[in-house]
Amino acid sequence: MAMKPIVSEAGAFYARDRAWHPPAFTPQYKSTVLRSPRHALLSLGPTMSELTGPVFGHDMLGPHDNDLIVNFSHGGEAIGQRIIVHGQILDENARPVPGTLMEIWQANAGGRYRHKREGYRAALDPNFGGCGRVITDENGWYSFRTVKPGAYPWPNGGNDWRPAHIHFSVFGHAFAQRLISQMYFEGDPMIWQCPIVGTIPDRQAVEQLIARLDRNNTVPMDALAYRFDIVLRGRRSTLFENRPEGN
Amino acid sequence: MAFEPKFMKESPSQTAGPYVHIGLTPNLQDITGVYKTDPGAQMLTPGTKGERIAITGRVLDGSGMAVADAVLEIWQADADGSYGGAHGPSSNTTPAFTGWGRKATDSEGRYRFETIKPGRVPGPDGKPMAPHVTLWIVARGINTGLHTRIYFDDEAGANAADPVLTRIMDTRRRPTLVAKRSVEDGKVIYTHDICLQGEDETVFFDI
Repeated sequence: MAMKPIVSEAGAFYARDRAWHPPAFTPQYKSTVLRSPRHALLSLGPTMSELTGPVFGHDMLGPHDNDLIVNFSHGGEAIGQRIIVHGQILDENARPVPGTLMEIWQANAGGRYRHKREGYRAALDPNFGGCGRVITDENGWYSFRTVKPGAYPWPNGGNDWRPAHIHFSVFGHAFAQRLISQMYFEGDPMIWQCPIVGTIPDRQAVEQLIARLDRNNTVPMDALAYRFDIVLRGRRSTLFENRPEGN
Repeated sequence: MAFEPKFMKESPSQTAGPYVHIGLTPNLQDITGVYKTDPGAQMLTPGTKGERIAITGRVLDGSGMAVADAVLEIWQADADGSYGGAHGPSSNTTPAFTGWGRKATDSEGRYRFETIKPGRVPGPDGKPMAPHVTLWIVARGINTGLHTRIYFDDEAGANAADPVLTRIMDTRRRPTLVAKRSVEDGKVIYTHDICLQGEDETVFFDI
């Protein structure tokens, strides 16, 4: 039977490893109890609707979009431990993902979010908004400058605290690659006490979300650096469609 | 040397949390002056071709309560059934319709997209799928973003042959993906609630 080859960019994505990701229902994180679907997810073969995705041009970016120390400045710089967070966005085939939008958000150095529903008593920083974004370069690299976010308490158990973390959102090149997750910091003992981190069943998977201190890229007398690589879903590079020619 | 493919694991997902708006819709959260506009807030431009529609509805949890802190993104074809991939990453021209939108739910769990009715896109078998938008939902309490679709109830014939809808074995669940058309003041509105859990749980995909 003659097979019809498909070009590499049209290959199907590897199935998402659902044992690597957190399951939907994780009662130690109470908000999941009523927000987790109970039916099995419907497995779909890839269609154009999932193999394509929005593209963002550099023209959307302002000059300070990736610098959270100054992008919400009301006359000064954000207070806190100055850090650079940088790394590469790759796919599961270890190929760089260029030209993709990455958005981040975080609490300030005191652990306080600039948000209407925030209930922690730590002070707001008038010069810190908490959002930033960047588009990866031709080799998939990104970098941000920000302040290290503080740990903070949240209403879940009687006395749960989140480890310091930065939320991130990445698009990739296909809607099937869409990912939101959180980045943690090397050496933080609170990572292993967190009910949200604990939704991830595999310790090795958690390790993948921990940024490493990167002394080589530290700016002397200015900012520490953390290296954090992100992996998006990859797709088959050589694919033979399982149906006869001409169909 | 033998061929040894390098393979990495996908970064595991974590919930978007309750403060997702700071990152994805900062202007809506009164964090102004950082981004000119919230990305995806406005899908239509004067040059967008196609029938203007609104897609609106509520996001509900397993007890029927409003999910007031969700963010929804839609991805859709243009009126001719093409996706906006031609807009390259280094391009500085904005297309008339990108096909992508992003909205937060309000205090009643309600969302609303002002967009156009998408055209038909070829399915895996080459035959056109029924018109649909792809929908992705994140929120506090959702550990991995949920993928689903919205179809249109005035496309009954196309829906009956759609490769995704017909894949849902329990036919009673198919309507959870189909929005209901109405006309208000001459404006076409499709209403579609999304139930994360419970009797009317929406069909979500592993794509």
